[in-house]
Amino acid sequence: MPTVSMTVNGKAVSADVEARTLLVHYIRDHIGLTGTHVGCDTSQCGACVVHVNGKSVKSCSTLAVQAEGADVATIEGLANGEELHPMQAAFKENHGLQCGFCTPGMVMSAVDLANNMKNLDEATIREQLDGNICRCTGYHNIVKSIKDGAERMGG
Amino acid sequence: MYGFDYHRPGSVADATSALGGADDGKYLAGGQTLLATMKQRLAAPSDLVDLGGIADLKGISVSGGTVTIGATTTHAEVAASADVQGAIPSLAALAGDIGDRQVRNAGTIGGSLANNDPAADYPAAILALGATVTTNKREIAADDFIKGLFETALEEDEIITSVSFPAPTSGAYMKFKQPASRFALVGVYVAKTADGVRVAVTGATSHAHRGPRLEAALNENFSASAVDGVEIPVDHMNVDIHAGAEYRANLVKVMAKRAVEACG
Amino acid sequence: MSETGIGAAVRRKEDQRFLTGNGNYTDDINVFGQTYAAFVRSPHAHAKINGINTSAAAAADGVVAVLTGEELAADGVGPLICGWNIAGKNGVEAHNSPVHHALAMGKVNYVGDHVALVVAETQGQADSAAEMVEVDYEELPAVVGTGSALNHTTTIHEEAPANMCYDWEIGDSAATDAAFASAAHVTTVEVVNNRLIPNAMEPRACLAQYNQGTGDWTLHVTSQNPHVHRLVMSAFNGVAPEHKLRVIAPDVGGGFGSKIFIYAEEVVCTWATRKVGRPIKWTAKRSESFLSDAHGRDHVSKAELALDADGKFLALRVNTKANLGAYLSTFASAVPTYMYATLLAGTYTTPAIYCDVQGVFTNTAPVDAYRGAGRPEATYLLERTVETAAREMNIDPAEIRRRNFIQPDAFPYQTPVVHQYDIGDYGASLEKACEMADVGGFAARRSDSESRGKRRGLGYSSYIEACGIAPSAAVGALGGGVGLWESADIRFNATGSVTVMTGTHNHGQGHETAFAQVVSDKLGVPIENIEVVEGDTDKGPFGMGTYGSRSIAVGGSAIVKAADKIIEKGKKIAAHCLEAAEDDIEYDGGNFTVAGTDKVMNIAEIAFTAYVPHNYPEGVEPGLHEQAFYDPLNFSFPAGVHICEVEVDPTTGETEIVNYTAVDDFGTIINPMIVEGQVHGGIGQGVGQAMLEGANYDDNGQLVTGSYMDYTMPRADNLPNFNVGTTSTPSPLNPLGVKGAGEAGAIASPPAVINAITDACGGAMIDMPATQEKVWLACQAAE
Repeated sequence: MPTVSMTVNGKAVSADVEARTLLVHYIRDHIGLTGTHVGCDTSQCGACVVHVNGKSVKSCSTLAVQAEGADVATIEGLANGEELHPMQAAFKENHGLQCGFCTPGMVMSAVDLANNMKNLDEATIREQLDGNICRCTGYHNIVKSIKDGAERMGG
Repeated sequence: MYGFDYHRPGSVADATSALGGADDGKYLAGGQTLLATMKQRLAAPSDLVDLGGIADLKGISVSGGTVTIGATTTHAEVAASADVQGAIPSLAALAGDIGDRQVRNAGTIGGSLANNDPAADYPAAILALGATVTTNKREIAADDFIKGLFETALEEDEIITSVSFPAPTSGAYMKFKQPASRFALVGVYVAKTADGVRVAVTGATSHAHRGPRLEAALNENFSASAVDGVEIPVDHMNVDIHAGAEYRANLVKVMAKRAVEACG
Repeated sequence: MSETGIGAAVRRKEDQRFLTGNGNYTDDINVFGQTYAAFVRSPHAHAKINGINTSAAAAADGVVAVLTGEELAADGVGPLICGWNIAGKNGVEAHNSPVHHALAMGKVNYVGDHVALVVAETQGQADSAAEMVEVDYEELPAVVGTGSALNHTTTIHEEAPANMCYDWEIGDSAATDAAFASAAHVTTVEVVNNRLIPNAMEPRACLAQYNQGTGDWTLHVTSQNPHVHRLVMSAFNGVAPEHKLRVIAPDVGGGFGSKIFIYAEEVVCTWATRKVGRPIKWTAKRSESFLSDAHGRDHVSKAELALDADGKFLALRVNTKANLGAYLSTFASAVPTYMYATLLAGTYTTPAIYCDVQGVFTNTAPVDAYRGAGRPEATYLLERTVETAAREMNIDPAEIRRRNFIQPDAFPYQTPVVHQYDIGDYGASLEKACEMADVGGFAARRSDSESRGKRRGLGYSSYIEACGIAPSAAVGALGGGVGLWESADIRFNATGSVTVMTGTHNHGQGHETAFAQVVSDKLGVPIENIEVVEGDTDKGPFGMGTYGSRSIAVGGSAIVKAADKIIEKGKKIAAHCLEAAEDDIEYDGGNFTVAGTDKVMNIAEIAFTAYVPHNYPEGVEPGLHEQAFYDPLNFSFPAGVHICEVEVDPTTGETEIVNYTAVDDFGTIINPMIVEGQVHGGIGQGVGQAMLEGANYDDNGQLVTGSYMDYTMPRADNLPNFNVGTTSTPSPLNPLGVKGAGEAGAIASPPAVINAITDACGGAMIDMPATQEKVWLACQAAE
């Protein structure tokens, strides 16, 4: 079994895993960070979104071995202690979550979006969110949260 | 997913030899299709040869009106490239609307073309723009590259190294998305080139193809109204729960008109 | 109103853990020695099993056990059950309920049906070994169509001749026929209510453990009602005695009904964990969810509405074929009967109604309650019929509704189909919605669209729903096998903080916040000092769970009753400590005051005194901990009007919802932020049903829409922002005046959307989902 090492949320981690291990299972089962979720098996729901080297990817469609040496960020690394990241705070303030299952992927996608596109308007947010599915909110408050979060982040 | 041996070569030569040494190996580019297929246990390669570590396969360059894109360049990189946006804005826009943000950050142009999904976008781009696909063995004209359903001119161990797109005078790609998968239900790319108008259609039939009737009409009169008079044959149209043949044929027309209008 | 009491938009207490990745969902939980389950599932819709050979699988790497239905039956594990008997027409006593084995016994009846369990050291090993189980299938013809199942030459279950589960009726057939005979106009509509797949984002999962030392089982399971899981699994499946089985439903990632039911997987894993001596985890892959979660809706109906010359409704006659799938799921039989036809009066004074329903079996996944459960089907049928009648009689669709509304002074109002509505003002909701949607400006907007080559349409939906199914005795009289009360337990700690336990379950509805607001409001305790605990049969009192928009109306009422008991006891303690008569103690906002004096004790002091009872009234028990069980007097009846406006591109059928207005009467609202969120989500699912979603089986019973590649889930760019408002007539039948808000959006929106699209496309019927292709075809036909 290959030994796969990477940095997750700023910490060096390493584990012996089968080559077929997906990044999401490496993170959940080997590193023990269960905030990243699996919601589908066709790479569409986005519950598994993490950042690899600063870019949002679906960790269910990435092999752990492909992320060897990478800098990975998950939902657990976003807040500063108990102080929420501005995007997390915006989701809370705007009721951008209900059951919470899609939320980690949604927030990680939102942070990526805010990092890469400035002056986000509603139409752009909706269009750019097509890789994340939520069944609870009807997206109304998610879109509102992302707009607010992006502004809080200085966008 | 079944087990496999993983290889991460640093050069094209090492990649082909890794594949040569495998029982039933496959190249892995962005993995956005292959890994999904393997997760469903619909593919069971003995070995995966990851092309992601080969520096030569990445990057974008422009020279003499031609944009050359390395095979493992991601859709997001193509979409964001100032070079591509400057030379062929319609190609940058196409890349920026493939899959979703996360797919665009991982999926590659070489992987998309080698897979040749009947509803993928890049096959339409290479046909409409008259691109040349360069491999470790040869150069293949776009018209010779696309062979059929998930079928290309590539040989078993052949690796796409780059794709070169001559910049058209103007061009536009219009996609009507299948609502669930967001692949192209129908996509039409119209390009005005030095050699006349080229039109490519994806999603409508078993593989992306040129639209000779549309090209003839548009070469005569490059306007949306010229499309109205073109008869789109329904015989070979894909039929599935998302669209029947008549509807797809109609969408070919509507997308072609929108593309012509967008070309200006 | 206090900042954290009833009516305040308090930000949710539960959000911190979800936002930081610290939610605790079933698949997040791992225990020492855990093994992994894979289910061998039928690839055929209908087949005999001539034999199962497990030897190759049993010998595969890492395999702990391969178990089949024979072993399950040998251990005496009972079949899966349906908890509601529906009495048929003509004195037929009960429905035909075929035996539903948790693992197949000689036959499979839908693609995804459970054939065997493989337990292995890793998930990969379990999945691989599952492929090695050899099943000798003999294929049989598949029965698929809802409308044709009764006439099919194949019978699925011996116990159900002609694939009929029941033939049921409600209402007065003779009175209805008589009204039709005198009608000036009859509108006839045939409608299909499309089959949906629930798709909670968290796939179903369970983790079963058995402790050999104590003989206790612990089952973590994705459940909306852990006590019901425990009850059914002990009383009917017999996998463990009720007092030895702890069921924990931790954080659950959405349910929408699909996690009410007691499924084969949790029953089999709970049985198998003792057999193999290891904990067993099963987590559905999304493809398994598509195949084996209970689906929703799937009706084929014909409705006839008799009207007088002024458009007053005289009578409604309905026939419905309801697809129940291959077996009866836990509450399947009640959904197309008592949850459906009892709502056919809608918000109208229709004096005579008759409906008969044939529940049919098909070789498809079981169908059961999905957000709204019966009420969306009733509302869709009724509101499509009303809209069609208005069009046929050339009456404005808002006006025809006005003419037929039950008036505010007519309550309590007895409908011809069982329900007695408690209160409402449907006209108020309609007028407010018309104003918010700027109906007056619609004609100009339509002209503008037409000038751009587009079509524009406006659609109404006036809905009513019945929430908080009750009272228990009535439910029992109609064939229900359970009580539908709710419980609450309020435990003051000595330091003045409070733990509240209820039998409802939070899977996105914000109970930890809304229930804390109720307690804070009633007991004057700061909200941060209140913890709401649900979902563990070893912690809270027995309760019935969360579904049918019942949590606040029934669970919330139980909490109020328990709080009242706390106050009552507090008065005794205060009277003693303040040296006053109990009758002289006044209670307000956490303070017990001697009337007309400034002598006061705060509830925190009362709690401390109760736990340190040095100076304490004689005959009063120490402690401040009260429990209440609340059995409601009736359902509650939220109602409202939704208006949808669409713009259609006739060249492609692309349909954009350009404005969506919802005005709902939920009575008292505890937390408007949460309620709005519930409305948004419900509308999202309703728009999904109307425009995007539909489970599609081919003629062989293969599920064509078996993944997100083909089943269209609403995404952010499919939906607009929603324009949401409320009216309020508080329910007189419960102490909070609440009605329930969880399902309204999903009930109201499908007809509003379809009425708008048909309005845009010339008026002809378009079945849900109104895909772009269907809309394009309708536009073609209209031009």
